[in-house]
Amino acid sequence: MADKKVHSFIVKNRVTIIMVVLLFAALFILEKILPPSSMFFVVLKKGAIYALVAVSMNLLNGFTGLFSLGQAGFMLIGAYTYAIFTIPPEARDTVYQYFDGGIIKFALPVPVAMILAGLAAAFFAFLIGLPVLRLKSDYLAIATLGFAEIIRAIFQWDKLGPITNGSNLLRKFPGFTSVLFPFAVSGICITLIVLLINSSYGRAFKAIRDDEIAAEAMGINLAKHKQLAFTISSFFAGVGGALLAMYQTTVQASAFTSAMTYEILLIVVIGGIGSVTGSILSSFLFIACSEWWLRFLDNETYIGSFRVPLLSSGFRKVVFSIIIMVVVLFYRQGIMGTKELSADAITRFFRKLRGKTKEEAAK
Amino acid sequence: MTENILHTEKLTMQFGGVMAVYNLTIDVYKGEIVALIGPNGAGKTTAFNCITGVYEPTNGSVSFCGKTIVSNHPQGRMKKLYAGDRDITRSKVISPTPDKITKLGIARTFQNIRLFKSLTVFENVLVAKHMRAKQNIFSATFRLNWPEEKRAREECLELLEEQGLLQYKDELASSLPYGLQRRLEISRALATKPKLLLLDEPAAGMNPQETQELAEFIVRIKDKYDLTILLIEHHMDLVMKISDRIYVMDFGKLIAHGTPAEVQQNQRVIDAYLGVADDA
Repeated sequence: MADKKVHSFIVKNRVTIIMVVLLFAALFILEKILPPSSMFFVVLKKGAIYALVAVSMNLLNGFTGLFSLGQAGFMLIGAYTYAIFTIPPEARDTVYQYFDGGIIKFALPVPVAMILAGLAAAFFAFLIGLPVLRLKSDYLAIATLGFAEIIRAIFQWDKLGPITNGSNLLRKFPGFTSVLFPFAVSGICITLIVLLINSSYGRAFKAIRDDEIAAEAMGINLAKHKQLAFTISSFFAGVGGALLAMYQTTVQASAFTSAMTYEILLIVVIGGIGSVTGSILSSFLFIACSEWWLRFLDNETYIGSFRVPLLSSGFRKVVFSIIIMVVVLFYRQGIMGTKELSADAITRFFRKLRGKTKEEAAK
Repeated sequence: MTENILHTEKLTMQFGGVMAVYNLTIDVYKGEIVALIGPNGAGKTTAFNCITGVYEPTNGSVSFCGKTIVSNHPQGRMKKLYAGDRDITRSKVISPTPDKITKLGIARTFQNIRLFKSLTVFENVLVAKHMRAKQNIFSATFRLNWPEEKRAREECLELLEEQGLLQYKDELASSLPYGLQRRLEISRALATKPKLLLLDEPAAGMNPQETQELAEFIVRIKDKYDLTILLIEHHMDLVMKISDRIYVMDFGKLIAHGTPAEVQQNQRVIDAYLGVADDA
């Protein structure tokens, strides 16, 4: 019976499964071919992490209609929780050099610490959600933004030094080298979010987004469901924070500024508010643009003896802002709008294409 | 003696100094269609909002099937401001959120249609099934609730077929024509399996032909789903035709009550609608 179910699941989703396997195979091969210092891997790693955080923000902003700007704060909690619990005991003395090696003298396995990172972020979200989720739209955004700033300040507080190492770096915790790791973790998390969005709860979230009063009249408990969406979104932001810590190999609270939240918000808006695949696509595009493709704009360039005007350090940001403005002006709904890119859609597209070429051949 | 479904006791809603609803006492019995009419601004929708928990009434109580579901007395700022009579015996405060009241079996529609615009017709109805499902967030995410979900889907398909909306099931709710949107809103309310259905101006913006169809539709669903209906309406021909009893409100107060024939003859009702001559 169970075998049959598994079998039918595989048959139903074979295109998706094949695509996932192909993606991972391609990544594996790329790692063998390209030098590990290639910018390509930076984009893939950071893109995968930002994709997870963007999708988690989309769950809140795009699917539940709660405009929250606390994402960086929850990432910070996740990153710190992960780092604090995974620094090996023998390295603690050097890391916590001003705080007598800190008060935690053990290290947890990486997967446990990652889940703990998510849970810690979710716990704080639950607490902060109790008062804050009574607010609506802009007010909620301001309150969550304030929360993120407060968290950033608290984590740099000297008195918490034995745990957070004050305003000093946390380092020497295990990271990852292969690009497969962030892809696998983000992939699993995003799959969970998609499953949630397509479940009965996801429908309830969307109903709240469309019309709160009607949703309540349909028997949906607003407070409970908003709290759920907020906590779950923060859980995944926390996991994303842990991934970011692993990628950067060091953590410092001062890096998790509100500018980071805005970057993620931009990714969500450019990808399409209410589209998971849009968020994923745009996070890779965003990271590629900001880290790689526009790099040349920052370098002074000479053609012969002619110095190309404007190209100097910082110009990249100007061009980048203009690109974003153009995207927002011409793709009002973002790249994907509220549509999704799925295996079905792709096969349908190719079938249509094939059908067309056959028709043309018949003519 | 038929069962009392809805009873409001001296229901009062005061906004600041404005008495929107004052001492409204109405009764609705099982299987009836009762209409609540009155000129614009009489407080009909406010009364609905008090019954369904959107507003917390300033004073008074609501009971449903003999059980008190909403109850309040003037407190805080309202203690001073309250302009009604002061012989208040209620001490209990019960003010549930609207979703709790829907769960008890009171469903409603809205004056200005409130559909979930970006969801399909099918999903709009399916949302109503969420509140009674036994799933939790984990079983729903991992699809362990599939038997329950499947049953809910089947029930919704059946409901859509009965309401003649099955052919539109995958269209966005906002793309339906106006009349069908009204019908979908009522279907969505029916999907919560209510005992009492509150309709707030179901015929607003409809032409005589559509109003006629709506009248038949309301009577049909009442018999089919064993409902009791309380409705607000301005189309008098619709009200007179289908209601068993009528309550008339004006400036927040109940001014008349009776069968359609009685209400039509009532001088106060005629005055309220047509105005009283000044030179009398």
